[in-house]
Amino acid sequence: MSALEAVGISKYFYEPVKFQVLKSLDFKIEKGEFLALMGKSGSGKSTLLYVLSTMDTDYQGTLYINEEQVTGKSQNFLAHFRNEHIGFVFQFHYLLQEFTALQNVMLPALKLGKYAKSELEDRAYEKLKILDIQEQAGKKTNKLSGGQQQRVAIARALINDPAIIMGDEPTGNLDSANTSIVFEIFKELTEKHQQTIIAVTHDDEFAKRADRIIEMKDGMII
Amino acid sequence: MFRLSFQIAKTQMLERPKQTLIATLGVTFGIGMFVFMVSFMTGVNVLLEETMLAATPHIRIYNEAIAAKTSVLDEYKAGEAFVNVVHNIKPKEEKQNIKNAFQMVDYLRADERVLGVSPQLTSQVFYNFGPIQINGTLVGVDIFEEDKLFDLESKIQTGRLENLLTSSNAIIMGADLAERLNMQVNDKVTVSTPDGTLKLLKVVGTFRFGVGAIDDSKSYTSIATVQKILKEDTRYITDINVKLKDYYQAGQIAREYDRKFDYTIEDWEAANASTLSTFLLRDIITYAVSITLLVVAGFGIYNIMNMTIYEKMKDIAILKAMGFAGRDVLSIFLIQAISIGLMGAASGLLIGFLLSLWIDGIPFETGGVLSVDTFPVNYDIKYYLIGLVFGLLTTGLAGYFPARKAAKIDPVEIIRS
Ligand SMILES: Nc1ncnc2c1ncn2[C@@H]1O[C@H](COP(=O)(O)OP(=O)(O)OP(=O)(O)O)[C@@H](O)[C@H]1O
Ligand SMILES: [Mg+2]
Repeated sequence: MSALEAVGISKYFYEPVKFQVLKSLDFKIEKGEFLALMGKSGSGKSTLLYVLSTMDTDYQGTLYINEEQVTGKSQNFLAHFRNEHIGFVFQFHYLLQEFTALQNVMLPALKLGKYAKSELEDRAYEKLKILDIQEQAGKKTNKLSGGQQQRVAIARALINDPAIIMGDEPTGNLDSANTSIVFEIFKELTEKHQQTIIAVTHDDEFAKRADRIIEMKDGMII
Repeated sequence: MFRLSFQIAKTQMLERPKQTLIATLGVTFGIGMFVFMVSFMTGVNVLLEETMLAATPHIRIYNEAIAAKTSVLDEYKAGEAFVNVVHNIKPKEEKQNIKNAFQMVDYLRADERVLGVSPQLTSQVFYNFGPIQINGTLVGVDIFEEDKLFDLESKIQTGRLENLLTSSNAIIMGADLAERLNMQVNDKVTVSTPDGTLKLLKVVGTFRFGVGAIDDSKSYTSIATVQKILKEDTRYITDINVKLKDYYQAGQIAREYDRKFDYTIEDWEAANASTLSTFLLRDIITYAVSITLLVVAGFGIYNIMNMTIYEKMKDIAILKAMGFAGRDVLSIFLIQAISIGLMGAASGLLIGFLLSLWIDGIPFETGGVLSVDTFPVNYDIKYYLIGLVFGLLTTGLAGYFPARKAAKIDPVEIIRS
């Protein structure tokens, strides 16, 4: 079963001049696959990831997630879809500053409303523990280091047990020890829970251990 | 979902207590001033209205001298072939009385919306004071009926109301008039009518309405006395004054009577149209100023919300990336605006009430002209409700537009930059 299928995905930017960032991309990612997305800076990795995440709907082509077509769906539908099925880790570990680490992790789950609040708290704490930052649970996130914030952001992406976890350089801010931890977590998620990982990375070591590498150049897959 | 939006809204507001407080105070000030000003202004209006009604009948029926609209010529030479022009038509020599007045009085008394009916006749007179003559009116009334209309008992300064009945040729005189004539109870005054009749009358009391124009020119006597002075029969009546149970119905009832009777019917609102229009002006100014205050407060909220949303752009993008829909973001910011509105409205109503209490306690010296000793305040709950509704409306609107903008933010654009 495919977790994600892209059919003829193209995207243009019109400012400052018309320019095609994504050039009719076709690919398929299987469920439980750990995929590393590589390529030079400016090759269109982030842009592609935003399209795949359903946040960016301004593209041509068709996108299927869990064999369901998401292209052309309403913003409200996509918001709910993201909430339930996609976990996203940003390039620059965005967290809500006035909430604690634990609250940040809980937010997507509170939004989903599948579990009671007390249960959620336990689950969120569990995720923090997996990433070894449970000690920081009660701290406001602006009091955390860059690496700690990134780990909180990863925990947040995992909280709803999404089918696909997308990361834009999710380990960019981590030392090799922590990168290793995150890699192991991702690996376990794909193997044990059949979750799918798509991670943009510049780290060759990290990429080598993934199931598959997709390399991009000038908006095309090579 | 609402609880989550509320939680996020609350966290964001508590994170920036200063801005929240300033926005709230803006609303507090606007609504507080609105409630205070409206309560005070309408208090003044009610007081003046009551003072006015203390001396004006709700409905007055009289026979107005009107020049005929058509001349006799029209009756004689009518038709297409003629154009009749008569300059300056004057009223006919006619008595200014109401015929079958007492029948009418009975009819009016039977109307269940009517509280009292006082038939009377008025004569212009001169009060002779040595060589000086003071112009005034002498009103013949059934004093107890008139008392029902205007509560004369409470307006008597010296003497007694009943004395008007016990002694003949007695009058009760306006207090200022009595002072000008240097009259005390039991003194005698000579009045003369426009046609030269003289009459000696005995002062048995004085009254004060608190309306200068009445207190320094009017006197009451019995109907029979005025009829004698005017050399008219005992059926001669010029005015019928009516008091209603609900004086706000006066206009409607007056129109009804106007269709039924042949005389001029005037309700108190028509009689005091100029005064009432100043009330209206005052109301308009009050509302204009208060609404301006509220709108300014609204702009304050609008600004602060815009600023908040600008600063929170990144957070909004993250929320949307995590699966919050546009309407969730909208509700988060709308909740903030409405919370500010509610808190501001509640404290504003309280402040308005306290200011009202404060001014209600300040002594207001009117020299006995008005029947109050502190500033008048109207505590009608209606104005508190208007303040609340308008305050929430302004803050709701002021919050809605920035919130809608927030809901439309494209997360990709924010995250990419
Ligand atoms: N909003 C935009 N408007 C116009 N051009 C853009 C915009 N965002 C990105 N680009 C351009 O699109 C191309 C792809 O950008 P993208 O961010 O996807 O690269 P990337 O592969 O993620 O690079 P990096 O490794 O540096 O993150 C670049 O040439 C970039 O300049
Ligand atoms: Mg990038």
